[in-house]
Amino acid sequence: MDTNQIKVMPSPSDLMPDDFRKIGTDEKEAEVIARESISAWRDAWQRLCANKMAMTALIILGIIVLAAIFGPVISEWVHGYNYYSNDLLNTNQPPSAEHWFGTDDLGRDMFVRTWRGAQISLIVGLAAACIDLLIGVIYGGTMGYFGGRVDEIMNKFSEILYSIPYLLVTILLLVVMEPSLGTIILALTITGWINMSWIVRGEIMQLKNREFVLASRSMGAGSGRLLFRHLLPNAVGPIIVTVTLSVPNAIFSEAFLSFLGLGVQAPIASLGSMINDALTGWLYYPWRMLFPAAVISLTMLCFNIFGDGLRDALDPKLKK
Amino acid sequence: MKKNKSLLLLLTLVLAVGTLLSACGSNNDKNSASNGGNNTSNSGTNSGEEKLAADQTLKINLSAEPPTFDPAQAQDSQANTVLKTMYEGLARMNDNGEPEPAAAEKWDVDGTKYTFHLRKDAKWSNGDPVTAKDFAFAWERVLSPNTDPAPPYAYQLYYIKNAQEYNEGKITDFNQVGVKVVDDYTLEVELVSPTPYFLGLTSFYTYYPVHQSVKDDAKWAVDASKMIVNGPFTLTNWTKGQTIEVTKNENYWGKDNIKLSKISMSLVNSGATELASYKNGELDRTGHPNGEVPTDQIPIVKQELKDEFKVKGIASTYYYQFNLTAKPFDNEKIRKAFAMTIDRQAIVDKVTLGGQLPAFGFVPPGIKGVNDEFRNEVKDDFFTENTEEAKKLLEEGMKEEGYTQLPEITLTYNSSEAHKKIALAVADMWKKNLGVDVKTENQEWGVFIENRQNLNYQVARAGWTADYNDPMTFLDMWTSNSGNNDIGLKDAEYDKLINEAKTTEDNAKRNENFKKAEEILVKDTMGIMPIYYYTNIALEKPYLKGVSLDFSGGIDYTRAYLLEH
Amino acid sequence: MVRYIANKFFYMLVSLFILISATFFLMKAIPGDPFTSEKKVPPAIQERLYEQYGLDKPVYQQYIKYLGDVVQGDFGISMKKINQDVSDIIGQTFSASLKLGLVAIVVAVIVGVLLGMVAALYHRKLIDNIAMVVAVLGIAVPSFVIASLLQYVFASKLHWLPTMGFKGPIYYVLPVAALTAQPIAFIARLTRSSMLEVLNADYIKTAKAKGLGWMAILFRHVIRNGIMPVVTYLGPMTANIVTGSVVIEQIFGIGGIGKQFVEAISTRDYPIIMGITIFYGILLMLARFITDIAYVFVDPRIKLSGKKEG
Repeated sequence: MDTNQIKVMPSPSDLMPDDFRKIGTDEKEAEVIARESISAWRDAWQRLCANKMAMTALIILGIIVLAAIFGPVISEWVHGYNYYSNDLLNTNQPPSAEHWFGTDDLGRDMFVRTWRGAQISLIVGLAAACIDLLIGVIYGGTMGYFGGRVDEIMNKFSEILYSIPYLLVTILLLVVMEPSLGTIILALTITGWINMSWIVRGEIMQLKNREFVLASRSMGAGSGRLLFRHLLPNAVGPIIVTVTLSVPNAIFSEAFLSFLGLGVQAPIASLGSMINDALTGWLYYPWRMLFPAAVISLTMLCFNIFGDGLRDALDPKLKK
Repeated sequence: MKKNKSLLLLLTLVLAVGTLLSACGSNNDKNSASNGGNNTSNSGTNSGEEKLAADQTLKINLSAEPPTFDPAQAQDSQANTVLKTMYEGLARMNDNGEPEPAAAEKWDVDGTKYTFHLRKDAKWSNGDPVTAKDFAFAWERVLSPNTDPAPPYAYQLYYIKNAQEYNEGKITDFNQVGVKVVDDYTLEVELVSPTPYFLGLTSFYTYYPVHQSVKDDAKWAVDASKMIVNGPFTLTNWTKGQTIEVTKNENYWGKDNIKLSKISMSLVNSGATELASYKNGELDRTGHPNGEVPTDQIPIVKQELKDEFKVKGIASTYYYQFNLTAKPFDNEKIRKAFAMTIDRQAIVDKVTLGGQLPAFGFVPPGIKGVNDEFRNEVKDDFFTENTEEAKKLLEEGMKEEGYTQLPEITLTYNSSEAHKKIALAVADMWKKNLGVDVKTENQEWGVFIENRQNLNYQVARAGWTADYNDPMTFLDMWTSNSGNNDIGLKDAEYDKLINEAKTTEDNAKRNENFKKAEEILVKDTMGIMPIYYYTNIALEKPYLKGVSLDFSGGIDYTRAYLLEH
Repeated sequence: MVRYIANKFFYMLVSLFILISATFFLMKAIPGDPFTSEKKVPPAIQERLYEQYGLDKPVYQQYIKYLGDVVQGDFGISMKKINQDVSDIIGQTFSASLKLGLVAIVVAVIVGVLLGMVAALYHRKLIDNIAMVVAVLGIAVPSFVIASLLQYVFASKLHWLPTMGFKGPIYYVLPVAALTAQPIAFIARLTRSSMLEVLNADYIKTAKAKGLGWMAILFRHVIRNGIMPVVTYLGPMTANIVTGSVVIEQIFGIGGIGKQFVEAISTRDYPIIMGITIFYGILLMLARFITDIAYVFVDPRIKLSGKKEG
């Protein structure tokens, strides 16, 4: 959004890159600068390790991911349950040794379903975040690097896209297309990448007037080299942070879509659709809501805390 | 939202048309009905112990806002509920499902000719008398090809002579239509053919009179202050999307029979919220037909609120239909194998939980036959559940088609919590019993209907409710040229049976034909796979009395009253 | 300034045009139409309906006609809600959403900023930790879960508040609480971090060194600079609250515009879908526009220019 760009608007400078003329290429000089970022990375890592909250969040996230991958396997192996088989004689059973998280309204084991749901939610979250990252970096990088007319047009386009009510696009899209995991991810990314592109654009615009870039350019580095070797590596901090925060956003959005009946196709479940299924009877079968809600909340929490920690670590000045 | 939305859509369709009437109808009833001033047949008057509450405001919820209060345009169950309080047709249905005098105080029936004698004390809410002209005006308005927008339910009047021709523009003079205003208080109606349930039809909203002032005002039914009605209540407040309120009409001729002073309707489309609200005392009644008790909570409220929990069978069937033109269900044996291998009792006991009846036929109980209910005269024993037999049939069917493995099968249903549960349970039974993997796919309502009507599915969920109280309403939809035949059934024998039934006046033969037709549909071709007969599930406060529910689930609140509590 | 606004306005019109076009064709791509029903209407009646509503014409003609009508400010009448003006429907249902949304925004900003300020002023103290735990919970728990919990506790169990409806001030409490949980959390975190930054800034130290009173520093410098990011967040938040209240409206039985929109999509009520989309679009653009202007007033470093405003 506008304000993002306003914030990172380049400080006025009399020297524009165009004022310089290419003289010749000197690879060695260019590489000297790259070294600095290595120590910055190490520095960031140390700072992150020192942040106990962030590390705890990371560990819990790791556990959730492992459980999402192996939980269903273990349960299938120990009890022989899977996420879709009904057991109509054992519907809505509370947690027990047999069913660690109880059973749902069709007698399906909640342990398997919760972790299977976490799997789906994480896939949705990560896939959406990756696509956002890819499009956002390319689009934002182009805008920021070339600036001028290109930037103006591309930026307007993203602004227009951003002003289309998101819910509307999503609902229309999901109704038009066959509901599937892919469609949901697509629906989530259709406007999701814009924020990323703005952040990348802002960073690049700020960076491209910095001395080291000017130096590299004056020594004859090409656009591609400048962009990928100098600009993007230096913008990686905010990019990573944005990714960490967009994963939980996507998971949440999917949960909302489930609430509106536009989520994943049964019997596959996401955490969101499980909570939605449990919502009408949760007073009587609290475990059906509790476990998926706890996992989704914990995931959100950890992604947010970790994202914050990462931001602090990568940009010690910008303690937001 | 999902579940309520589509359920509501289902309900809407199911009930809307459904309420179309149960006329009881013995053919030989040529007598004129007795004077209807005494509406004491219903619970109106009761033993002296009952004490009425001082505040007679009934609070209910509609899970969707009626799109219109113009009787000519209405086509859903929510509108039906509200319109019934605001308008009165020539006849109205009493508690026993029999038509009793309403705007008409008596009528004479002579074959296809009906003469209605209107009540002279009936008034519009603005004081004008209700005359035969108002009825003729309203019906002409419904049928006229110039009415904008075209009333979708105009075909409910096609029973009247030349009505269809006039509606389709084939004749342009309304005087040729079988509706004649003899004088202000006498209306003559000529039908196309003997229709035993026609009296019942006159209580349906498409037949309601409208005040002639609406002619010049397209928006008359949009604004609460403009509506002129002839029923027991008038519309006094309509805040779009929030509330609808009707208040007792002091100009109503039978106002002494009306005890409620006001009906206040909220418009909330969440079953869970509605139930919580009911439990909190904010509503006097919840559940069908205007809302829904969430399936998850049924077993609990059945226990907790035993005295308030009401279940009533309605004439409506839940079934899965096979696309007879798509692989692999173009094979009869494969269809039978699938139909025979699900456990219907388990579905109603463990999945739907609402006391529904497992169905093995298509015509539901509650539909009249010759002397008794059709279902009692013709048992629904067209097939049995038998997994061993089913496996054999499947094997044979696959051999016939040359399959070593079945093609991929998708079961489609419209998005709704209830349909989803049933679909998952059925797919699981198919997998366990037949070893067949069936994909389940939910589709948004409009998409679903479009796909089904275009035969773009393999096996799909469906439900059907009676339009009128006769097996015909369930069976004539499967003839080759019926617009509602969306399974691709083309059976000359079936068409012949139905056509005969439509023309014959011999009731026994008619019944026999229905029996044979249903046999073709279910036993021989298994084009549809019945699952259960619907029930109407509701919670009603013990102090609410006099609410009447008809055979197909339509609800009438006009004679309700509240006891002290 | 005039040029800036004119420029913005021009782009808003372009955006709106693209929005209308995209939605129109997307909407037409959805299978089914307003007159699709399970029990089929006779073909003759169906055709007449198509004709009366202009659905018998090619899509591009319908599109051109619609554009023409909209330019004249005519949003048409609903195809399902017989003879009801789209603008009336939007007006009536939006009033509920707007009231709820405004209250929610005000509550979110006040509570969020206060929470964040307190946390920042008592940095690393117990209050700070408590405030941040609350904030983090608000972000972590889905709002429909919060809504259901609130409804159960305060309406069903304690009977303090009504379960559903929207008839008076008391009906606002639960929906507003559920609706603001997330924005409050977000605002509190924003405020806290930016205030911390400001508190450590050199000019505050200078002000302190000058001997300026603590209160004066707080109000003159810290708050003004500290809530800047909150202003940034106002635009998106307004949009989120106003458009995203569908779920909350449903749980608490409030007939808002969100419910109307979802309903219109499912009944294929084309004029209402378009009307609400345009309405939402304008709302969103205005919110962003106002945010930009507000930002200029709050942050003196930013100057308006028609060109590089991005």
